[in-house]
Amino acid sequence: MTAEAHLAVEIWRGTESGQFQVFTLARRAHQTVLDVVTEIQREQDATLSYRFACRVGMCGSCAMVVNGRPRWTCRTRVNDVIGEGERLRLEPLRNFAVVKDLAVEMTQFFDKWKQAQGYFEPGAQPAEDFATVPPATPERRTADAGIECIGCGVCYSACDVVAWDKDYLGPAALNRAWTLVNDVRDQGASARLAAVSGSSGCQACHTHMSCTQFCPKAIAPTYAIAGLKRAVLRKALRGGA
Amino acid sequence: MMRASHKQPGFAAALAHRLSGIALAVFLPLHFLALATALNGANALDSFLKVTRQPFVMALECGIVVALAIHMTLGLRVLAIELLDFREKTAVVLSACFAVVLAIGVIFILNTG
Amino acid sequence: MTAILFLAQRASAAVLALAVAVHLATILYAVRGGLTAADILGRTRGNIAFLIFYGLFVIAVAIHAPIGLRNIFREWTRWRGATLDATLVLFALALLGLGTRAVVAVFIS
Repeated sequence: MTAEAHLAVEIWRGTESGQFQVFTLARRAHQTVLDVVTEIQREQDATLSYRFACRVGMCGSCAMVVNGRPRWTCRTRVNDVIGEGERLRLEPLRNFAVVKDLAVEMTQFFDKWKQAQGYFEPGAQPAEDFATVPPATPERRTADAGIECIGCGVCYSACDVVAWDKDYLGPAALNRAWTLVNDVRDQGASARLAAVSGSSGCQACHTHMSCTQFCPKAIAPTYAIAGLKRAVLRKALRGGA
Repeated sequence: MMRASHKQPGFAAALAHRLSGIALAVFLPLHFLALATALNGANALDSFLKVTRQPFVMALECGIVVALAIHMTLGLRVLAIELLDFREKTAVVLSACFAVVLAIGVIFILNTG
Repeated sequence: MTAILFLAQRASAAVLALAVAVHLATILYAVRGGLTAADILGRTRGNIAFLIFYGLFVIAVAIHAPIGLRNIFREWTRWRGATLDATLVLFALALLGLGTRAVVAVFIS
């Protein structure tokens, strides 16, 4: 009879201040971190707060920091993070205000999308007809490379510049702005470039590339931000600074 | 537990770039003052240069040459990513950068004997 | 403002990339067998090309270093705003002044 392997999990409890609480549960072959958190919450401590929704890697709700790295818990196998006898450590996403335990406040994150003008600007005159945008055009390809962002916050959590400058717009907002800069139907280009080049705008990115490394959708905000830097430079050289 | 973002090669590069930049910013005014001793004649510059022959100072000099090489190669990488839309395999590119820096450091040591 | 600082930083970086490559190559060559004042001044005295090259080098450095330091102070310390900017302008002027003095010193000595 083999003894059931046990898994020790340190979970952050509290808000900005608090402490880690250790839970123990059975370690199973194909557990995901979401399985672990859910089992703990349902069978050991109903007061534990965390987020999830789809469970299948589509919504991004379950993002949190697992052993130092921001990831989706539903798409993270325990065995991929730790070896035998090691502990799991779960913390709320970094750079967000903590609501409780593993749930964070997303408001500022999405406010920065607005500040970066990460929304489509149709212009004063409505278009007379449907726009024809061939998918193979360079701008559309560039926009498509970043369009799948679901706002999970992993990149924002990973970004050191956000940690150093609370006002930095962050990789997700800037990536979204870049997709719109490349949307040929959008009429807000000038205002958007101004919005992303303030003192905590795209120029603050120092190409650490953690965002690109950790994005679960394989988006590369670093290159989107580089594109914004070039677009802002071009505008400045034409006298539009 | 070190956060994962600090284990990324891009972070190490940015840190090396920044720290070497600080070293250079501190060094430069001293460098300018040293060279300007020539205003008091070649002998004044010579007596300063003699001071720099001490092993400790020579080690610092080598360090500054390496810092300059680091700052330049990593700066070129940033310019390539930002302005030339260069898509990199970060670890590979950084290894190449540090290989160049190492070469420069070694040549400097060999030449100053 | 940020866009202009960024442009100045990157433009001076491009100039410095070239200048530093030349400078490093020169250093590696010149330090062979030890460096004396005569070695240095023999190359720089009355050399117009040297004057222009290093003059531009100094200007590029006086632009590049303070802007770089500005980012560091704003991100790693609490110092920001007008006092930081004013201090860095003074640093830029100091680099410009000391650098020009050094270049002229080895040109005329």
